[in-house]
Order: sequence, then structure tokens, then C-alpha cells
Amino acid sequence: MSTAIKDRSSERQKRMLAEYFDALADAPATGRKVVYTFVPGNLTELIENFGLLPVLPEINALQNGMRGRTGDYIHAAEKHGHSEDVCTYVKADIGMLKAGNIGPTGKPLPKPDLLLLSYTGCFTFLKWFELLRKEYDCPVVMLHVPYQGDGVVTPDMRAYVANQIRDKLIPELEKLSGRKFDPDRLREALKRSAAAEDDLVYVLESAKHKPSPIDAYFGGVYYIGPIFTAFRGSQDAVEYYHELREEVDDRIASKLGPVTPDGEVHTEKYRIVTEGPPNWTSFREFWKMFYSEGAVVVASTYTKVGGLYDRGFRHDPHHPLETLADYCMGCYTNLNLPSRINLIESYMREYEADGLLINSVKSCNSFSAGQLMILREIEARTGKPGGFIESDLVDPRYFSAANIKNRLESYFQMIEARRQRA
Amino acid sequence: MTTDLQTDPLTAVVARATELYEDVELQSVRDWKARGEGRKAIGFLPIYVPREVIHAAGALPVGIMGGGDQLEIVRGDSYFQSYICHLPRSVIEMAVSGRLDALDGFLFPSICDVIRNLSGMFQMLKGQKYVHYLDLPQNFDPELGGRFYRHELRTVADAIGRITGTAVNDERLRRSIRTYNVNRAAIRELLALRIEQPWLVPTTEYYVMLRAGYLLPPDEHTSLLHEYLEHARSSNRRPLDNIRVLVRGAFCEQPPLALLRTIERAGCYVVDDDFVLGSRFIPDAIDETGDPWEALSQAFLKHSLPTASKYDEANNAADLLVQRVRDVRADGVLLMAPSFCDPALLDQPMLAGALDKADIPFTSFKYSEDTGQFQVIREQAGTFADAIKLWGKA
Ligand code: SF4
Ligand code: SF4
Repeated sequence: MSTAIKDRSSERQKRMLAEYFDALADAPATGRKVVYTFVPGNLTELIENFGLLPVLPEINALQNGMRGRTGDYIHAAEKHGHSEDVCTYVKADIGMLKAGNIGPTGKPLPKPDLLLLSYTGCFTFLKWFELLRKEYDCPVVMLHVPYQGDGVVTPDMRAYVANQIRDKLIPELEKLSGRKFDPDRLREALKRSAAAEDDLVYVLESAKHKPSPIDAYFGGVYYIGPIFTAFRGSQDAVEYYHELREEVDDRIASKLGPVTPDGEVHTEKYRIVTEGPPNWTSFREFWKMFYSEGAVVVASTYTKVGGLYDRGFRHDPHHPLETLADYCMGCYTNLNLPSRINLIESYMREYEADGLLINSVKSCNSFSAGQLMILREIEARTGKPGGFIESDLVDPRYFSAANIKNRLESYFQMIEARRQRA
Repeated sequence: MTTDLQTDPLTAVVARATELYEDVELQSVRDWKARGEGRKAIGFLPIYVPREVIHAAGALPVGIMGGGDQLEIVRGDSYFQSYICHLPRSVIEMAVSGRLDALDGFLFPSICDVIRNLSGMFQMLKGQKYVHYLDLPQNFDPELGGRFYRHELRTVADAIGRITGTAVNDERLRRSIRTYNVNRAAIRELLALRIEQPWLVPTTEYYVMLRAGYLLPPDEHTSLLHEYLEHARSSNRRPLDNIRVLVRGAFCEQPPLALLRTIERAGCYVVDDDFVLGSRFIPDAIDETGDPWEALSQAFLKHSLPTASKYDEANNAADLLVQRVRDVRADGVLLMAPSFCDPALLDQPMLAGALDKADIPFTSFKYSEDTGQFQVIREQAGTFADAIKLWGKA
């Protein structure tokens, strides 16, 4: 991303990531224990409370995807009996493991001392860690996060998650780390989380400006990086988001569009809302198909998989366990379909978007099942055209560049035609 | 089939069950409702819902298992991408074509992201009807997952009670548990007979007998099973030189009958499987005397069968499979899975690993509920059976 954001914030993020992967590589020497867990419903502040290091396998998979390594990893996993039909994050991870567990930065990743199965918004997580448990012969703690099937979080759901954290997870983490749980330390971390979350929301909502100073999808995935992963609750994250906010403010003041790998978007022609994760193996090529047409993503659902902060949720230091429970249950893929549709509809209106574009990834049933209904419903409710493309997360076999480019071009033309008619 | 239905009671009972299996219009549910004032029926999807709760509210629990190979998909495909399994297409097809209109509510148990999201699609499509995602606990501690589940059960009971006008109280629920315990016992008998004398219980017959329980009220289903058992036992069917196989992976989207027939004709007696798994997810009797909510909860937490979408807390699902192979004296295992079924397909490498380690032969293939081509599977199953017959391994 260095060409995209040559700002203080991006320099800081780079340093944070480098230090983090170094700490992971050094873990066997320093003796720091390692907890593998997932992005949605991650309990980073709590893991940190015990001096443990989190590893997020989806992040390794996507980073490896961007570096062009996942094709081979997936192939290796399929050779070991994994079906071609299933989520490619899992296969990329298993393949990486079989190839010696060298992380995205080229340094070795430590084995897990614990698998924290934060079971939020995706069934595949369950199978993924059952598979890793076999590979690593390591304990698992299941944190069952109920789905918002009826579109709400009930007091019972909250109590269920909070009780699991208190009665099951915390004792396990104490046992693993040899440290007592420190509630004051957690409160302090949660305070920092909330401060960073305020700034993240400011950044995401800056896309309401015209032109939008950010791209909330292709740029957005960088902005969510620290807060969705190992850094929420850290001082570094607070500062990162503070700097990012200032940079965005500068762009708003100068009426600048988003930065891309090829420089700035000068003319914002289409304001798009996206649903679904991006493709990682051809990330830049994919992005270029947007910015070369003057299309800017002003809001995306993908940047809500690790928390729906823009709808008001903040980590609350006064109710530490309940707030962690609410956080888990509020992640985007834990919302039912009607709630997802309502959210997208509100994005379409609040961000004055020209259309909804769905990138439907083969890997992810959690996102993808029901997307065609989302598309039709949003078109009907907003009268704006919807576009639908198919690709995958990290399996390069499923990114058909020519096809996707064609579809996108026709889609942008359709928006144009609609506009003319209006 | 030239046998006169009048004179062959076994054929007649199988014909009755097959007719129910083919009833994608849910005519039998409509008929049941018409036989009584204000009767209600509640549909549920795979794998498991505690039907006792629905029954205790006076409603008929109806299993929605997809349209199999009998339903032409007209609109269902426009709701799902090509890389999503087939079951939700046929279920949507049934919903938008009015075939599910006889149902007054729907329960979607937690099993996978597709069924989960399908619950939301039903909320959109059937806004006026009760549609609930039943979150089965993945935490098996009675004080954590158990407490959450008991609350879920009461919520569902209240909602269905409001639909039927019959509140579920402890006594009613105990009575329903008793009714289903009798049904469970009949199913156990069916399973036992098949293990002992699989030639008396052809897989297709076994299958439609189980499926009948997803449309009939439980006591009627129990009677049908008893009738079948009686006639199957006294039939003069002779054993063939088939191998004994155990099937795993078919717990949600169901294989078409023709596929089951193909497997048997290829030389495999199925002696254990996970078809229609919800009908025997709790294999043994549930406590009928104490707190019935607690009893249902304990049954799920402690006594339900292992399956891909249930977290394998004790890390022994694969060992249990190996044990089951031994218990039912299976010669080998068929790992079947619906195409694009993440739970079944992600489970396979773990099951395959355990089978390998235990030196149990297995073969795997994918299917879909509307599979119409059986040549490849016939050859695969046939080769598997032949290899085991010849060398004792595949
Ligand atoms: S299915 Fe989707 S949410 Fe689940 S692990 Fe795969 S990509 Fe992530
Ligand atoms: S067949 Fe598999 S993926 Fe499809 S709905 Fe059933 S469990 Fe889910």
C-alpha cells in the first residue's frame, strides 16, 4: 500500500505489522504464548490482558493471497484431501502449514498454544479449528456467539456469551499464561479501543463528502487493519486512527479524492456501495477496474466484519465482559439477512450512492448465500441499479479478470444510462 | 412390480411411505390439518429440532428436506449462485410456488451458513409467518450452553403455543417426550434389524420409512414402523453377497432414492448412515419424569450423535466413527457429501484420516439431491465392494 498512502498513518501501520510479525517469529525464543483466533468476534483486549499474542489465520491467508502464494497452498491442501468446494481461507492456511508455516512476511509463524474458537458469524470457523486441532494437537476453547436470527441481541444471548468468557475462557487464559485476569487493565484497553473506534468511524463516514476523500472498500481494508486484528486496545491503534483522521481531514479540506496505487482519483464519477469481501489475489487489478472508471466505493459491508462501529457500538469499559459479548454478536456476518439489507439500504441513502455492487465470493457461504435476494431487494427499495460479480478470496483460479472487467464496465454504463434518463 | 398390494402387506406399507416421500406438495399435511379444526403445522429444516416442543403445542412437526429429484426448479436457481448446494434452491422453490403454504411456521436449526441465511430469506418471503433460527448450543456445559438452550426452547414453545392456542406446560411436554420415546424405540428396532439382517431392510425402504416420520404425527409413524418391521421380518428375502457399509456425510441435503438403490445394487448393504439424522439425533429415550426442559437440554448436550455441524468438544467424533464401524461390523465406509456442502466436506479429511489410521477401507463421492447420473457412483461403489470381497480392503 506504500504507493497508495504515503502518510504517517501508513508508515505507522507498517511498523506495527513488522513488529507484530517479529514478535510472533520470536515467540518460541521469548516464550510468549500464542492464541490463534478469528477476526469476527476477536477478543484482542482480553488476549493482551494475559500477555498472549494473537494470530489471525484469515489475515495470514489474505496477506498470502496478495503475495501470490495461495494458489500453491490451496493446491497442496487439495492434494491432502480437502475438497475443491470449500472455503479457500481454510485451504490456504492448511497449505501454508504443510509448507512450513512461514508467515506472510517470510518469517516463521509460531504454533498455537491455544485455539480460541470465537465462533462468530461463520460455521466454517468450527471446522477450521477442528482441523487445526488435529494438526497441532493443541487445546481449543469454543466461544459460542449466538446469531442475531431475530435481528436483536437479547439479554440471554448477552449473558450466555459473557458467562462463557468469564467462566470458561478467562480461566483457560489464566492457566495458559500463568497470569491472573486484570480487570482494570482490560478497562483501560477498552477505553483505548473506543477512542480508536471513534476515529475509525469518522474516517469511514468521511465518504459522505463529495468527492469522497477515501475509498471505503479498497482503501477501507487498510483502514480496518489495526482495529480488526492484533492491535485493538493498544496505544498504537489510538495513534494510528488519530493520524488517519487528520490525514482524511486534510483531504476533505482540499476536496481531494481517494488515493490509489496510481495516484489520486480526480473525478468521482460513480459512488458505489459494495457487499462482500474483495478478491485478494488480484486485489490491485480489481481495484484498478474501479478507479480507472472513476468509481469510488463510499461504503462497504466488508469493512464491518470485525465490528459495526458506524452504527454506534463502542467498547464500553464500564461493562467489560458484556461489551465484549455485544461486540462479538454485532459483527456484520452475525446479522440476519433482513438486518443486512436494512444496513445496505441505509448506506445507499446516507452515502448518496449510485448503486450496489456485490462481489460474491465462492468461498464464503456466510456472505454469499442470499446475496441475490439482497440485490433484488435493494434495487426495489432504492431504485438504483445493482451489479453482481463472482470471484473468490484467495483462489486465483476464480478471478476471471476479463469477465469481471466487462461486467463492471457494463454496470457503470448502466448507472450512466439511468442517470441520463433521470 | 406385479405384486398385488392387497395381498402383500409389506409392499403396501412401503408404498404408503413412498407416497409420503413423494409428497412434495405436502398434501398429507393439508389432509391432516383438514381433519381437525384450527390444526397447525410447523416446518423445520435439517438437522435437528426437538420436535417434542412443537408436538406439545399441539402442532404437527414437518421436516423440510428439500425437493429431491422430484421437483423442477423454476425460480429457486435465481436465488442462489452456482456454487451453493442444491437443497436451499428446492426449498425456496417449494416456498415461492406455494407448496409450503400448509405450514404455519418455520424453524431453521443452526447447521450451516446456508440454512442460517435461508432463515433470513424466509423472513423476507414469509414475513407474516413465524420464522425462527434455532440456535443450538455449541457449548455443552449445562450451566452455559444448557441454560441458553433451555431459554431458546421456551421461546420457541411460547411462539408456537401462540400460533396453536395451546400453551406448552411441563405435563404436555413430558407427554410428548413419551410419545417420541416410543417412536425412537421403533426406530432403534429398525436400525437393529438392518444391522443384523440387512437383506430384510433394503436401503430405499429403510429410507422412506424414516422420511415418513417427517410428515406423519409421531404415533402414526410409530405404527407404520411397527407394521413394516413385522412384515419385513417375516419376508422371505434372501441375503446377497454384498459388503456391509456405513455412510457418513448425508445429514442435510438428501441423496435421491435412485442413488441409494444404485449403492445397494452395486453390492453394498448400508448398515449405518446419517440420512434423516434428525429423526434419531437423540438415539435413546429422554427422561420422562423430571423437568422436561432440562431433559430435552441434557439430551442434546450429552446424548446427541456427533455430526459435522456440531462442535466436536471432546475431540472424539472421528474415534466414535471408527467405533461405530466396528459395532455395526461394517466392511467399509462411504463418505458421501452434497456438492458444495462445507460442513460435510470439511469434515471429510478428519474422518478419512481416522479411517486410514484404523485401516478401515473407505471411498468418497459427491452427490446432489437431484443427481440423475449414477454411472460413476455405480462403478465406484461396485469396485469398492469387489475389492473388499476379494482382498478385504479397497
Ligand atoms: S466461510 Fe467466509 S467467514 Fe467463514 S472462514 Fe471462510 S471466508 Fe471467512
Ligand atoms: S447441504 Fe450442507 S451446505 Fe447445504 S444447506 Fe445442508 S449443511 Fe448447509
